[in-house]
Amino acid sequence: MTLLDDFFIRALIVGIGIALIAGPFGCFVVWRRLSYFGETLSHSSLLGVTLGYIFSINISITVFLVSITVAIMLLYLLEKTELPSDSLLGLLSHASLSLGLLVVGYLSFIRFDIMGLLFGDILAVNKIDVLVIWTIGPLILLVFYGIWQYLLAGTVNRDIAASENMKPKRYDIIFIILLSGIIAISIKMIGILLITGLLIIPAALARNLSTNPIQMLFIASMAGVISIVIGLYTSLGLNTSSGPSILVAASLLFIISLLPITKRIFVGRIK
Amino acid sequence: MNTKSNKILLELNQAGVFRSDKWIVRDVSFTLSEGEILTIIGPNGSGKSTTAKMALGILKPDMGSITLHTNKIAYVPQKLEINWTLPLRVIDFMMLTKKIKLEEINNALEMTGVASLIHKNLDNLSGGELQRVLLARAIVNKPQLLILDEPVQGVDFNGEIALYNLINNISSELNCGTILISHDLHFVMSSTNNVICLNGHICCSGSPKTIIQSKEFIDLFGEKASQTLSPYEHDHDHSH
Repeated sequence: MTLLDDFFIRALIVGIGIALIAGPFGCFVVWRRLSYFGETLSHSSLLGVTLGYIFSINISITVFLVSITVAIMLLYLLEKTELPSDSLLGLLSHASLSLGLLVVGYLSFIRFDIMGLLFGDILAVNKIDVLVIWTIGPLILLVFYGIWQYLLAGTVNRDIAASENMKPKRYDIIFIILLSGIIAISIKMIGILLITGLLIIPAALARNLSTNPIQMLFIASMAGVISIVIGLYTSLGLNTSSGPSILVAASLLFIISLLPITKRIFVGRIK
Repeated sequence: MNTKSNKILLELNQAGVFRSDKWIVRDVSFTLSEGEILTIIGPNGSGKSTTAKMALGILKPDMGSITLHTNKIAYVPQKLEINWTLPLRVIDFMMLTKKIKLEEINNALEMTGVASLIHKNLDNLSGGELQRVLLARAIVNKPQLLILDEPVQGVDFNGEIALYNLINNISSELNCGTILISHDLHFVMSSTNNVICLNGHICCSGSPKTIIQSKEFIDLFGEKASQTLSPYEHDHDHSH
C-alpha cells in the first residue's frame, strides 16, 4: 500500500474515519447537553497519554481506560453526592488534567511533543492508526446503529423510556463507553483540547439544517468530513496545527449554515 | 359498577418512597385490573407523581412492594420538556419507543384530534396540542396499563371534556387498566371506578360516590368541593 506511505493521505483517511463517527455521537452530546462531559473526558486523556508513555503501551488503549474510569467515577459521584453535575464535571476534569500535567513533568526523560498532544499533529498519524480507526470505527458505528433508538428515547424523555422498556440507564453506560473510545482514537489527529469541538460543531451546524433526528445525524457526519478535508489541506498548505485548522474550517461551515439561503436549500428541499 | 373478574395488572403493597430524610409517600396499597380506571387526587406535593413513577417501575420503592403483571405499559408524563437542540417531528415522537405503521399513527392522532400535525415539529406545538400528541403516543402502543399524569393540562375546556371521554373510551376499547392523576375533581366523580385521595399516604379511597361524603375528603378539599361536585355529576348526564 504505497498510497499509505504518504503521511497526508494517511491523515485524510484517518480524519474522515473519525469525522464519520464523531458526527452522530456529537449529535447526542449536543442533545443531551454533554459538551462539558466530552471536555472532561478529553482533559482526562492527558493522564491516559502519559500513562501510555510510562508503560510503553499504545496510548489509545490507556486513554480509553482512563476515560472510562473517569466516566464511571462521574456516574458514581452523581448518585452518591448532592453536587450538581457541572461541579462534579469541573472537579473530575481539572483533577485529572492536573494529575496528567504532574506526570508529564516527570517524563522529562522522554522526548514529548506537548503541542502535538494538545492540538493534534497530522505527521504523527501512522499506518497502525489507520488500521485502528478503520477497524474500531465501523465497530463503534455498528453498535451505535443498534442502540441509537434507545438512546434517542432516553434523550427525549427519560421517564417514558424507563417505563416503556427502553432501559435508559444501560444505554447511557454503553454510550459513555463508546464516547470514551472515540476520544481515545481521535487524540493524535485533533488533540486533547479540541476533540469536543469536533463532536459539537458539526452537530450544531447540522441542527440548523435539519428537521428530524436521522437527518441531523447524517448532516453532522458529512459536515465533519468536509471540515477534516478543508482543515487538513489548510494545515498542509499553511503549515498550521491540524486540530485548530479543522475546527476553524468547521466553524466557518457553521457560519454558512446560519445563512438563510443555506437553510432554504436544506430545510426547503425536505418538505 | 364494574364487577367483572378481570385480570389484575398491578399491585402495590404498602409501597413508599423515602428521599432527603422524609417519606414523600408511604403505605400505598391498591390493585388495578383490566378495564378499570383508578384516579389519584390530592394537593400539590402529596406524592401523586411519585406514586405513578413507582407503579411504572421508574422509582424503586423504599418500603413495601410493587408487582407488575404486564410489560405493555404506556406513560404520559406530567410535562414533556422540549429540547430545542433536537429536531423532532410528531411522527418521530410517535415511534419513540416502538416502530409503528403510519396508518396506526394516523388513527391515534385522529382520535386525539391532532392528525393534521403529524409532520410538524414538536417545538412548534402549543401546550394543548402537545398534550394531545402525548396522549396519542401513549395509546398508539395499545397498552395494557396506561398511566396518565395530569393528561389534560393546558387543553381548553371543551377539549378537556373530549379528552376525558376519549380516555374513557380507550380504557374500555383496549380493556386496559388506567391510572389517572388529576386535579380535576369533576371528571373524577363522573367517569372513574375508584378514587384514591393522596396526601403523603392514602387518606381515603373508594368509589367516587362514597368518597365525596367521607370526612377525610372534606378535610382535604374543603366543604365546597364536596358540595359543588354532586350537582355537577347530575349536570353532566344531560350534556350532549
